[in-house]
Amino acid sequence: MGYQWNWGVFLQSSASGDDTYLGWMFAGFKMTIALSLTAWVLALLLGALVGVLRTVPNKTLAGIATAYVELFRNVPLLVQLFIWYFVLPELLPTSIGDAYKQSNPVLQQFLASMVCLGLFTSARVAEQVRAGINSLPRGQKNAGLALGFTLPQTYRYVMLPMAFRLVVPPLTSEFLNIFKNSAVCSTIGLLELAAQGRQLVDYTAQPYESFIAVTLSYIIINVTVMTLMHRFEKRIAVPGYIGGK
Amino acid sequence: MINIANVSKHYGSFQVLKECTTSVAKGEVIVVCGPSGSGKSTLIKCVNGLEPFQSGEIIVDGTSVGDPKTNLSKLRARVGMVFQNFELFPHMSITQNLAIAQVKVLGRSQDEAMDKGLKLLDRVGLKAQAAKFPGQLSGGQQQRVAIARALAMDPICMLFDEPTSALDPEMVNEVLDVMTELAHEGMTMMCVTHEMGFAKRVADRVIFMDQGAIVEDDSKEAFFANPRSQRAQQFLAKILHH
Repeated sequence: MGYQWNWGVFLQSSASGDDTYLGWMFAGFKMTIALSLTAWVLALLLGALVGVLRTVPNKTLAGIATAYVELFRNVPLLVQLFIWYFVLPELLPTSIGDAYKQSNPVLQQFLASMVCLGLFTSARVAEQVRAGINSLPRGQKNAGLALGFTLPQTYRYVMLPMAFRLVVPPLTSEFLNIFKNSAVCSTIGLLELAAQGRQLVDYTAQPYESFIAVTLSYIIINVTVMTLMHRFEKRIAVPGYIGGK
Repeated sequence: MINIANVSKHYGSFQVLKECTTSVAKGEVIVVCGPSGSGKSTLIKCVNGLEPFQSGEIIVDGTSVGDPKTNLSKLRARVGMVFQNFELFPHMSITQNLAIAQVKVLGRSQDEAMDKGLKLLDRVGLKAQAAKFPGQLSGGQQQRVAIARALAMDPICMLFDEPTSALDPEMVNEVLDVMTELAHEGMTMMCVTHEMGFAKRVADRVIFMDQGAIVEDDSKEAFFANPRSQRAQQFLAKILHH
């Protein structure tokens, strides 16, 4: 094939001079993690709220929650990202929009990416949470209400503790997805793992080494996430119940 | 204690309850029976407002259940209910199951609630299981815990919705024994059940329902000796055969 393998490329001083190419990869690695974790926190909070609202008896609240899920679930992630990054600042009041556009460009890219990934994933989390709540035996809600709990108390003490345990496995796969989906944010210039990989190819003409390193990095992240979530799942297992002792 | 007057309920065009009228006096034990789909579970769930109804009135200890101004949570806290499928909270230990509503609804201290819970657990013969979780108990044991959980709220009356229907046959009696004891202590009880032996031993009155209507409402002696309606005669003939 005539390809010149050169794993030493990572230790070479980078084009910017103050770092090695390995340093570039590591910067991308950190950016991917920072972006995915902050977006995940946002997705969990919003997704839990919206998922619960989809199951409440109040038709207006449930309708709003359904509209939210359908909106964020039915528009491609890439399109959503472009809307957050390119379109939304133009829709802000001129003074705020201008101030935003003059702020640190990396901050702009990060914020747009975080909000986009967070909201996109929150719609998926909401569906899992809703499914979890609906899969509880119907009598559980009645049992809570019959003891004199209000509906919010019944959710808080009876339904949600079990529903969240049930949805940990599907949420793990959403958690993995958010790391993988974060690569899309390279399209608006955010220097996360995939973007650093491409940049490395441009500067060193070593595409195999670059993307093998990128691939391995994603695998390391996701194997770590899977291991942690599996441990978490075991810790919260209910004795005498599925998955419990 | 419980007054049910002309209660009707529809699901769309299907009428589940037809002009049901009856009452339960303080200290009385009523058994509600009838074929499946006759509306007996729906009726008992109307009593504490778990099922809404479109017309008629239910008054529990002076409070109207159907009145939109009624604080249903407050009323339900005073009315104990036991379900067919036990409905213990699987993520809580037995003691937590007994204590949580006492603490969160009645505002008792954790210690007070635990004390009361353990006493009731002892009463239903399950003190040794206090630290376990519902999934680790048998069906009969779970149902006894569920009865103790309802009693922990110091209810003014108890509703039983087919409490033994989901149990293995050899576990039915341990639950019926607890219910019998409760009845002898003077608890006001409304029990939906197919256990005719229990009805004969314990009930003051038997209500027979068919197709959403109360067909018979009589003393147990009269009901078992000579049911007036043909439907109840057929039902008894089938159920008492075995």
